[in-house]
Amino acid sequence: MDVTALSLPTILPEVIIAVGALALVLLGALRGERSIWLVTEGAVALLGIALVVLLVGHRPEGVTFYGAFTDDAFARFMKALSLIGSLTTLLLSIDFMRGEKVGGFEFPVLLLLSTLGMMMLISASDFIALYLGLELMSLALYVVASYRRDNLKSSEAGLKYFVLGALSSGMLLYGISLMYGYSGTVSFAGVSAALQGPSPIGVIFALVFVLAGLAFKISAVPFHMWTPDVYEGAPTPVTTFFASAPKMAAMAVLLRVTLTAFPGIAAEWRQIIAFISIASMALGAFAAIGQTNIKRLMAYSSIGHMGFALVGLAAGTVEGAQGVVIYMAIYLVMTLGTFAGILSMRRGGEYIEDISDLAGLGRTNPPMAFFLAAMMFSLAGIPPLAGFFAKFYVFTAAIHANLFGLAIIGVLLSAVGAYYYLRIIKIMYFDEPAKAFDPQGYATRIVLALAAALVIFDAIAPAPLTNAAMAAAKSLF
Amino acid sequence: MSDHWILSTLLILPVAGALAILLLRGESEANNRNARWIALIATVLTFLVSLVGWAQFDTAKSGFQLVEQHDWFSHVILYKLGVDGISMPFVLLTTFLMPICILASWVSIQKRVKEYFIAFLALETLMIGVFAALDLVLFYLFFEGGLIPMFLIIGIWGGKRRVYAAFKFFLYTLVGSLLMLLAIMAMYWTAGTTDIEVLLKTAFSPSAQKWLWLAFFASFAVKMPMWPVHTWLPDAHVEAPTAGSVILAAILLKMGGYGLLRFSLPMFPDASVYFAPLVFAMSIIAIIYTSLVALVQEDMKKLIAYSSVAHMGFVTMGLFAANTQGVQGAVYQMISHGLVSGALFLCVGVVYDRMHTRDIAAYGGLVKRMPRYAVAMMVFTLANIGLPGTSGFVGEFLTLIGAFQANSWVGLLATTGVILSAAYALYLYRRVIFGVLDKPSLMKIEDLSGREIACLAPLLLLTIYYGVHPQPIIDASAASIDALVTGFNHAISLTKTAGL
Repeated sequence: MDVTALSLPTILPEVIIAVGALALVLLGALRGERSIWLVTEGAVALLGIALVVLLVGHRPEGVTFYGAFTDDAFARFMKALSLIGSLTTLLLSIDFMRGEKVGGFEFPVLLLLSTLGMMMLISASDFIALYLGLELMSLALYVVASYRRDNLKSSEAGLKYFVLGALSSGMLLYGISLMYGYSGTVSFAGVSAALQGPSPIGVIFALVFVLAGLAFKISAVPFHMWTPDVYEGAPTPVTTFFASAPKMAAMAVLLRVTLTAFPGIAAEWRQIIAFISIASMALGAFAAIGQTNIKRLMAYSSIGHMGFALVGLAAGTVEGAQGVVIYMAIYLVMTLGTFAGILSMRRGGEYIEDISDLAGLGRTNPPMAFFLAAMMFSLAGIPPLAGFFAKFYVFTAAIHANLFGLAIIGVLLSAVGAYYYLRIIKIMYFDEPAKAFDPQGYATRIVLALAAALVIFDAIAPAPLTNAAMAAAKSLF
Repeated sequence: MSDHWILSTLLILPVAGALAILLLRGESEANNRNARWIALIATVLTFLVSLVGWAQFDTAKSGFQLVEQHDWFSHVILYKLGVDGISMPFVLLTTFLMPICILASWVSIQKRVKEYFIAFLALETLMIGVFAALDLVLFYLFFEGGLIPMFLIIGIWGGKRRVYAAFKFFLYTLVGSLLMLLAIMAMYWTAGTTDIEVLLKTAFSPSAQKWLWLAFFASFAVKMPMWPVHTWLPDAHVEAPTAGSVILAAILLKMGGYGLLRFSLPMFPDASVYFAPLVFAMSIIAIIYTSLVALVQEDMKKLIAYSSVAHMGFVTMGLFAANTQGVQGAVYQMISHGLVSGALFLCVGVVYDRMHTRDIAAYGGLVKRMPRYAVAMMVFTLANIGLPGTSGFVGEFLTLIGAFQANSWVGLLATTGVILSAAYALYLYRRVIFGVLDKPSLMKIEDLSGREIACLAPLLLLTIYYGVHPQPIIDASAASIDALVTGFNHAISLTKTAGL
């Protein structure tokens, strides 16, 4: 790949989003509240165009900005996931924002800016670019978390996320500066070259700080504290966003940093990742059992799933990276589907969030119950649904890397986790029906059905996903 | 290699039936009737196709037949199906029992009829897949996927404690099979493939075998179920609807035995020898202890469930005797138990449909009102005991011969199980069928209806037929079992010489 100073084709999708977002801000500022739907539709269109530009057409892969920005198969794959996450979130949010009257043209624009941050983050191949992307993504997230500013829980969520997020950014920055001190460079390739041979204790320090900063963004234990509160407090579309797109970007950058900048100290970070992974799986499995609020439950579920994805990274191999990429793709589909279901939980115009509200959904709305059940069985990792294959790939990689202990603990915890997904199915199918929900909106209905179809039929044609993930993983090695 | 289509057809037909039922909109009475008929037609067709497969099956060959193979997961995991003398009888047993189960649910299932039959048809596909899969991951998919419909069948259409039973069933089996999944992955990295045919010829190192064996055993022991991980079974049986119990006892339990036979014995022979004493001990405890437990049960289904655990003890004992008689007996016992225990659960279902209780104490003197029922129940009770002339005898006898040859103490202790089974089975029969007909609620109880006779008659005929003429099943599986035992002994002697 050529390293260039500036190559427009390489950064075309980012340029589209950046210019478009600024244009939409102007539009919104000039025309005020009347322009909300125009701006929303414009944002949807922009994300769609960026996705098409990203995947279609023959833009050569390349590295630009003097090596700070990499556009390879991995970046494209993960960017596609992020874009799909943002796009779907935006579509799902329309009904909610309209019904709850918390609109405002800023929401789609903030989503766009956050997505732009994610795309920079995913492509970052030096630490400065990484930090810029991360902050752009996070600043927008702080704002949208407290988007419903007259609501106590939402404000609390935003503040909590901001304080903890700022702390984690500080840690990350500290780690980066230490790393710079030892290697004399901020580029991943340069750090990697400098870290050959035995590494001083300070490097391990730096490594720990960098990993802590990134683990915060994927809400891995022990940096997960914010997750349940933010998931519960934020308006549901915002929670959907938190659960989908930023996770893709943060996991992507974690993969890229560990595999391209720190291969020389793989033994050290693999231990750390393995610990984080086990802790996340365990907390996700056990803490979710007692939850009654479905958004809170999904928060613990996401913590657990990040733990499972990290099993692949702990292997530190191509198969492991492939497993993580597959895991994230399937997790994205499952999350979006589940949140489409949660956004359909509405009675008399009011959005409700209690798991017990789902009682008897199998009677009152059989299609929705069926699709949600598919999501739950898939999240639990029961074959032949896609969630099983997600776990299959990461655990296969772990076994190949001789991480038997991690694999055994992981599968046993997945059985523990299966309990609370089954509980939702039990409530939907075994319990006496509660009052029916309001009819589903088109967006939620289509997203849920589409996600269920993908999850159910993944087993029939798995090749496109596994091949693309393999290509993506290979570009990191 | 992929010129056959029969096994794939067997997998597709039930799913096609399920999709057809899914297309029926609304919950009218007409739709329920249509759903029943679609399910019946789909299962009967599946049975007929499996008979076609049986006609093409050459019992003289020991290898896999009717093989079809396609690439699936990036050339690593295969979609590969095939049957040999060991799996063919189980496929036939499954397809044979399904129409009976559909008939048995004809009137007893009145709520959410469509969903019920969809779950059952999906379950049939998954069960046939377990026995026909020739790729380990494919096998695992079917093996584990079966949990979903069974969870729903117990949880939605079950009895009072259905939720508890459904969760227990699901989580027990899930934990067991997840360990097997890890073992499958380890085997993949060792052998470079998950093709069962290749793996059967792969020699794993004795130390690796022990771990792999334990992981597989964890899964199959729960599924069998063996003492002490059998406790999910009585709950699941008691709470499941009648047809669910039939499937559970007749087929799902057999997956455990089939797995031990297909994987543990031939793939890990050294570990099998190493762990045989453990299996023997667990089998003996299962046979004696659960028989004693069965004696004191007050619930008919629970009693039969415990007797199933005891009978599965004979199966594991015969398997790990690892000689021709033992293995042959284990296969025979599994097929026979599939017929007999399935029939016994149907018999319980017959009176449960009428009286809505399974308490043994609520019955008595049924012979006066229900002579035909009494006859059917008698045959199945005697077959359950293992009386000569019924299919139950052949399997028990062969496994005992095999066990005596391997270890006479094991054989001796297991034989007491035969006596105990007579005790609990006859005790049940006496309390339900004989005695004084003095309960007012029983005065108007009706004898078997035409539909119920249609359910029980084929089972009754086969139970007696295979009791006096066991040759068909033995012939079908003999070649494959001989090959298995020969290969097993060969592998053992190789390790021994290497050790010396």
